[in-house]
Amino acid sequence: MKCSNIVTQMQMLLLSTYFLFSPERRTANMAASGGRTVGSFLWKCGNCCFNFNTVSSNLTRQVLSRQLCVSAVLHRKNLAAAGPEKFSEEFIKKQVEEFNIGKRHLANMMGEDPETFTQGDINRSIAYLFPSGLFDKKAKPLMKHPDEVFPKQRAVQWGADGRPFHFLFYTGKQSYYSLMHDTFTKALAVEKHQDRLRGKDLFTQDAKQISLVGSRWLLKEELEELLVETISEHDYARFIQLMERLLSLPYCSVEEDFVQRYRRQLEIQSSKQQVQPLQYDQHGVAYSTGDGRRKTAMGTVLLRDSGSGSISINGTNYVHYFPVLQDREQLMFPLHFMEVLGRFDMQCSVSGGGHSSQAGALRLAISRAMLSFLSEGQVETMRQAGLLTPDPRIKERKKPGQEGARRKFTWKKR
Amino acid sequence: MAYLLPSLPYPTSFANTVYILFFYCIIDCMFVYSMCNSVCVVAQVRPLHGSGCGQQQEAVGMETRPETVSIFRTQENDPACQSEQHLGQYYTVPASHFHTVFPHGLPPRYQQQVKTFNEGCVMVRQPALELISHLKRADYINPTLRYLLYGVKGSGKTMSLCHAVHYCSTQGWLVLHIPDAHLWVKNCKELLPSSYHASRFDQPIQASNWLRNFRTTNEHFLSKIKLRQRYVWTKRESTEEGRPLGELVDMGVSRVKSSSDVVGAVLKELRLQAGGTEGGFRLAVAVDGVNGLWGRTTLKKEDKSPVAPEELTLVHNLRKMINNDWCGGAVIATLSQTGSLYAPSSAYLPQELLGEEGFDSMDPFIPVPVSLYSEKEFESCYLYYLDHIHFHHWLQHPHSQTEEGKKELIFLSNRNPSVLERLCAFL
Repeated sequence: MKCSNIVTQMQMLLLSTYFLFSPERRTANMAASGGRTVGSFLWKCGNCCFNFNTVSSNLTRQVLSRQLCVSAVLHRKNLAAAGPEKFSEEFIKKQVEEFNIGKRHLANMMGEDPETFTQGDINRSIAYLFPSGLFDKKAKPLMKHPDEVFPKQRAVQWGADGRPFHFLFYTGKQSYYSLMHDTFTKALAVEKHQDRLRGKDLFTQDAKQISLVGSRWLLKEELEELLVETISEHDYARFIQLMERLLSLPYCSVEEDFVQRYRRQLEIQSSKQQVQPLQYDQHGVAYSTGDGRRKTAMGTVLLRDSGSGSISINGTNYVHYFPVLQDREQLMFPLHFMEVLGRFDMQCSVSGGGHSSQAGALRLAISRAMLSFLSEGQVETMRQAGLLTPDPRIKERKKPGQEGARRKFTWKKR
Repeated sequence: MAYLLPSLPYPTSFANTVYILFFYCIIDCMFVYSMCNSVCVVAQVRPLHGSGCGQQQEAVGMETRPETVSIFRTQENDPACQSEQHLGQYYTVPASHFHTVFPHGLPPRYQQQVKTFNEGCVMVRQPALELISHLKRADYINPTLRYLLYGVKGSGKTMSLCHAVHYCSTQGWLVLHIPDAHLWVKNCKELLPSSYHASRFDQPIQASNWLRNFRTTNEHFLSKIKLRQRYVWTKRESTEEGRPLGELVDMGVSRVKSSSDVVGAVLKELRLQAGGTEGGFRLAVAVDGVNGLWGRTTLKKEDKSPVAPEELTLVHNLRKMINNDWCGGAVIATLSQTGSLYAPSSAYLPQELLGEEGFDSMDPFIPVPVSLYSEKEFESCYLYYLDHIHFHHWLQHPHSQTEEGKKELIFLSNRNPSVLERLCAFL
């Protein structure tokens, strides 16, 4: 990813306007202050070069502060209960335009082709230009299409005379019932098609079926999101029932597009353990390496086959390096679990952390190194025993106003 | 005791009661043994007296169960008769000798184990056998040979030393056993300036303790050895020439103030008389933690300046003892990192622990390396702890009796004797 050296003030300016600082996390107060700081930044770069910046920076400041102020609403998940729409249609359309222009500017800045600039590229560029040390993903800067950022809202359902537009408005769940009606209409159309074929004697039982492998029906929450209204479980069950009935007809492939709109692909389980092949040294003895981490400790292990169970850590004997029994038990656990206690010789090196985390790091490293020697089933048992999972626990951050991560200051009554 | 052992024709049904009674049995075993000429049912009377080479003492009376062959025990309780075939097996130190031979020399954990098991069993191992064979073959006309046992922490150096000491005492030598030289160079509450030599310091408590233990070990020699020189302690007290050594030792124990000088005198006398042809005896000097004599001390003088080891009377005299300028005995020494001062925990070789000065003083010596348990030795130690006839499953955990459990023990201890003992202590 090349960064163009000439990032003009104008481009930076324009970019900041399209760019939203963590809309999901900000409250109104923070947004106001953020607006102020951004404004001051804009003022600075405004003063350096151009005259017309004063006008545009005012405008951008207003725009920016307006964007940031409304972001508080985006917390709300309950779409139907959001009330009358907060964002008008033109507003959303304008946001979309600005997003697209901003995308092109960003592509130019990064030296990429604006035509083929994908969302993934955008994410990477933003992470590069605005590096953040925060841990929470939702707190980091983001730049996304307004449809993903602003929640979907229902437009006003009735006209100036008070009459509703949709004929099913008075059912209360107009989108749901209209969907049910549509589905049933499709089913009737398929049956009509079948009758026509029967009339022509072209009806066969084994017509092409819709492939349902690797996909699932929409979840109730996803359907609600699609319809922009709440539905009950019973309603959802009826909907699924109707779709299944549609699929039971032999010639349902006519309406394949309609059906696929309400199905989602299942994720392929691609996160399997990558087992490295065994390596052989000059004497023909098999060996493999593995490394592991725990807290701040990092360890590497060289596992050699047909050994006598001797272990050396950083050049010293393991009984001398880990005088505590618990640490030695941690080292023993993967070998003992797979019942290969006396088989391997190990050369380990470990650094960082304390004795317990070093033992944990070595345990993970040993388990990973052992994978090359084991069969699939054994790998699965190791995984289920938790030997291959890196321990995610790290030291919790100390918070201001407290003495430690959890401990508060001593409470004094007066 | 006899009333507790009714005779029944059905031994198997009595097994449980016998087990419970066994605790009484083991204490009064010798007494029971003598009473056992009458018919009585005893599970197994183990002869706690070891006597002579190769004599087997069977349990008298009806036996309730067949005598199981113990691969890890040997009946050969005399160190002189032990040979390579007994390697890896445990022999029992007779209880009567126990307190005289080892009043102070054993490692503390081993002492606890002896108390728990009610018997002192020592494993016959290669370093000790080697040492004993050297002692057997050496001629005592030449200046003394010095043997140095060294090895990693917990590998059994002190126990090998004690084995050699047991051999020496059964052979009728005079044993000078210093349990830990480090005890003399640290944690001393009282440091008196020596009356004999202006710049030296006395340690009355340590010296008197050691004299007391020395007296226990070598009772029979104390009356036989006569002093060759007159010693003056104060203006009013002196020990004449020709008095028995026992008198000197008693004086040292009672008069604590001059006990360090008494120790010096005792060592000098023994040194002079050891190789003597008339009434000659062999002298064994066994020092544990000999590297403490040449390092630094943690003791301080009144002006907070550190005390060097040679400024201590006890250390000074002991160093003279270790020099090989006398004949008629042997010096057996052990290196020890455990109690040592200012030595890194990974150090175990003579060069590292003795330092330059110590190495030069000890040179030439015969090094005897002590290694961790071999397969066979580990096997026998494992079976010893597992011995359910005597100890009712000392290794209580059922898993420890399986092959898997044994492999776990091997892994966790890496066949280190002390680590293994600590492991098994709570299993």
